[in-house]
Formats: sequence, C-alpha cells, structure tokens
Amino acid sequence: MHGIFTIYKKEMEDHFSSTRFLLITALIVMVGVIIASMVGMSMRDELQGMAKPDFIFLLLFTSTGKLFSFIQFIGFFGPLIGIILGFDAINRERTGRTLSKLVSQPIYRDAIINGKFLAGMTMIAIVMVSLVVIIAGLGIRLIGVVPGAEELGRLLIYLVLSILYISFWLGAAILFSVVFRSTATSALASLAVWIGLSFFIGLGGSLLADAIAPMTQTADMAQAQDSFVKNAEVQRVASLLSPATLYGDATSTILDPLRKTPRSFVLMGPMERISLSRFQNPLPLLQSVVIVAPFLISLIAITFVCFGICYAVFMRQEIRST
Amino acid sequence: MEKETVIRMEELTKRYGAQTAVNRLSLKVLEGEIFGFLGPNGAGKTTTMLMLLGLTEPTSGTVRVCGYDPARDPLKVKEMIGYLPENVGFYEDMDARQNLRYIARLNRIPDKVSTGRIDRLLEEVELAKEADKRVGSYSKGMRQRLGIAEVLIKEPKVVFLDEPTIGLDPDGTNRMLDLIQGLSRERRMTIFFSSHLLDQVQRVSDRIGIMIQGKLVAVGSLDDLAQRGLGLEEGEAYTLEEIYMKYFKEA
Repeated sequence: MHGIFTIYKKEMEDHFSSTRFLLITALIVMVGVIIASMVGMSMRDELQGMAKPDFIFLLLFTSTGKLFSFIQFIGFFGPLIGIILGFDAINRERTGRTLSKLVSQPIYRDAIINGKFLAGMTMIAIVMVSLVVIIAGLGIRLIGVVPGAEELGRLLIYLVLSILYISFWLGAAILFSVVFRSTATSALASLAVWIGLSFFIGLGGSLLADAIAPMTQTADMAQAQDSFVKNAEVQRVASLLSPATLYGDATSTILDPLRKTPRSFVLMGPMERISLSRFQNPLPLLQSVVIVAPFLISLIAITFVCFGICYAVFMRQEIRST
Repeated sequence: MEKETVIRMEELTKRYGAQTAVNRLSLKVLEGEIFGFLGPNGAGKTTTMLMLLGLTEPTSGTVRVCGYDPARDPLKVKEMIGYLPENVGFYEDMDARQNLRYIARLNRIPDKVSTGRIDRLLEEVELAKEADKRVGSYSKGMRQRLGIAEVLIKEPKVVFLDEPTIGLDPDGTNRMLDLIQGLSRERRMTIFFSSHLLDQVQRVSDRIGIMIQGKLVAVGSLDDLAQRGLGLEEGEAYTLEEIYMKYFKEA
C-alpha cells in the first residue's frame, strides 16, 4: 500500500502541472458549459409563463441544444480525458529510463500501475464533479429552479457512471502504454480504439446483425416481424460490447425518468404512442437504478479485464534500461 | 573470520529463444568485496544483473542474494540492494532533492530521516551546490553521481552498478571510481559492477570475472588471473589487457 500511495502522490503532482491535461480539461469544461448554458437559456425563454415540468433540472443535461446534449458531448469526448491521462503512463518512464530504477525499488510492480490509475481516476473525478457543479450552479441562475433530492440522486449516479466510463478509457490507455514502447504508438492506438468504439461500432453491429440474422422479405407478416426482432436483438447485443454504447444507454436512462427501457428499438405504431403518452409518469429513482445496474456492472467488468491484461503483460515484462 | 557469501549463482542460464545470453554461470561474491564484471558489449553482463535483481527470471539455475531468491522474494532482495542501471534516468523537471526524496519514500524512509540523509549524500557526491536545479540541466557526470546518491539513499548492503563510468570524461571517471572505492572501504558495502573498460576494473576491483559470449571464462584476483591466464611468475609485469585479450582470443 505504501508504494501505491507514494506513486499516487507524485502522479497527482505531475497531472496538475501537465499542460496537455490542463488544455484538454479547459476545452471540455468550456464546451460543456457552453452547451449547457445554451440549453438553459433557450429553456428559460420557452418556459416563460408556463408551469415548469417535473425534472426540468435534468433537461439541462439531456436536451439537445444546437448540436448535441451535454451528456452526448461527454459520452463522445470524455474518453479523451482518460486517454490523455494514461497513454504514456508506463512508456514515458521507459523512455525516460526511470522505469528500471522504479521497478528495482522495494515495491510491487502492480503498485506502479495502481498508483497511476488511481491518480488518473482522481483527476477524472475532479474534472467531472466540477463540471457538473458548474452547470448545476448555472442552471439554478438561468432557470431559477433548485434541484430536488431525486434529481441530485440521479446526477450523482450519472457522475459515478461517467467517472467509471472515463476510467475505463484511462485503463485502456495505460494498457497500451504497457504494450507499446513508444508513446506516439500508444497514443495513436488509444485514439484508434476510441474512434472505433465510439463511432463505428454501430456500423459493425448492423453488419454483423445482417450477417447472422438477415431480415427476410416475405409476405408473411409474422415471419417478417420475427426476423426484424432477431436482427435488432443481434444489433443490441453487439452494441453492448462497446463501452460507449453501454455508457450512452445508461446515462440517458438515469437522467431521464420517463425512459423505461435503455433503448426503444421496436417500431411504435400510433396506438402504442398514444398508450405510452397516457402513462407518461416518471419512473422512481430506484427503478431507474435497477435498469442501469447491469450497465454499471459491465463497465466495471470491462475495466477489470483491461487491468487483468495490463497486469499479465507488465508483471512478466523484462525491463532493461536500454 | 569467514566472510559471508552475499551473492551466489549456480549454473545460472538465461535464454532468449535460441540465443543463450548467460550460459551456466556459477559465481560467489563475498561481503565487502568489489567485484568487477568485465566483458565486451553484449556478453550478458546486464542480463546477469537483471537476474540478480529479480527483474527477469532465469531459464534455469539458482540465484541467491543475501540468502533470498530474487524471483521469489523480490521485495526482500530489493530492500537490501541498490541498482544503478546503465544510463540511469531521472524525473527531468524535478530537482535533485525531489528525485532523491521520491526514491526515499518508495523505500519507506520517513521524510524526517531522509532530509538529513539527502543533504549528506549530496555533499558526498559533490552536488550540494546544484541540488536545487532541475535534473534536466545536469551534465552526464552529475547525473551519474546523482544516480549513486539515489542508490545509497536506502543504505543498501549490496550495490549493483551497470557500466557506471560509461560516457564520463576522465575527471568524472576518476571521481566515480573513488566513490566506488570509498563505498567498499568506508561503508563495508559489497559492490558488483560491470564494465568493458579494463583499466577501470583493474584499478578498483578486489576480484574480477571475465565474461565472454555468456560464459564466465575466468574469475579471481588480478594476480591469479595473470598467473593462470598468462602463465607468469609472481612479480612479473603484466596488464589486465594482456590477460583479457588472451581469454578473448581463446573464446
């Protein structure tokens, strides 16, 4: 434990003085606040003279402004924070020739990875918490509503999810920094995986679905429906492999009490729409948590898988100074 | 009084694929000794050190450092040894004191104890004046001396130095060799150092091992080597170079 704490402290000092971390954080905080304040201002105009709907405070985070909502923005670009904090964690020490010195001190090797991971995770938590607090404060000013206990609870769960999600990327980036000797390679590899999982997994999922369960063109209604559902099911399972999808589904469910399923893929006819709108009552917090729990567990699980590989590679690696 | 065996290797072998880096090496190093490990580049000196430190696992054979197996009890071994890798690196934007403090903390030395020790060591390696400068601005010789200070901060029993004088100017080399000798004489530390520079090994070592292509071809004090290797009588003049070249040609 001692070694972890010492490394943690040093890494924290490094992060706070690291220019690139400060830059990316400034960028993300700035854009996030701009998005949320745009949403807040348009909400203030629209709601003038109207009764305020329930959970209006959460709309600040979930409603789409001009381009995308705050949570979509964090879903896309949040991983960059994790990547920037982690992509050179180990190979920077290798190129600086400090790694062989470090591993010859009386600390366990996993203490090096754990210390670095925990420091990165703390930084992520600091960024996310301050971002949400800034937006919440702005929201109180703009729409004049103080969030209730349930809204705060939902925001808290959103924060936990976000910190875990970005930490997954931190873990992945640290893994690449163990595997690749050059910092440029590990940065590029992390970015490639980020782009792949965030933007192209949907594409791959539908390709896979068409290959496994092609939609049949038949006159038989029941059969066509059946094949459609199967196709959609395969797509859903494929997308669950992507942490980006997991996170996106989980956050939009937790922040939107009216959502009862993480994703509605079934075609809705007019009758379904009417019946749905008739039961537009919000889900209690606990029920939303029940929906989100599997996502949370999967996120933690894939982070652990990342770590498992990291340990396996790093523990057995021979570390030379040259 | 019988001296304790600090480092013991038996039939130690390390293979990388088809290539044998260290071939059935058996060697003992006694307490308080300066052991010079001589050999050309790529002879397996660094690999041997890595196995002694538990930084890589031997393919076969046994290693004991202070009675512990570095592969099984790495922390026990690492508590007692100091290692200066070839071309040691530092955290460039920290100053000498901060670098030393970090290593001290990793060794569980409380700050109260390490503060005094850091000052003393910086004095000893003649870096006290530059202690508050960023290590990034240090010259090669200063870095190497800081490396020694870093090794000594944990007050080890055994010190492993990998090519400690490589790239140093004559003055830097002299200072380094004096430091090494001082460690053994004044602090009774066991020193295991590798080099491919004959005159330096000759100057400071109590005993010498010559390693060529993964094999230890000769061990002993300089006189032993001269008598056995060159077949000289006692008192005849020789240089380590002659001895070395003889073994080198045989191999």
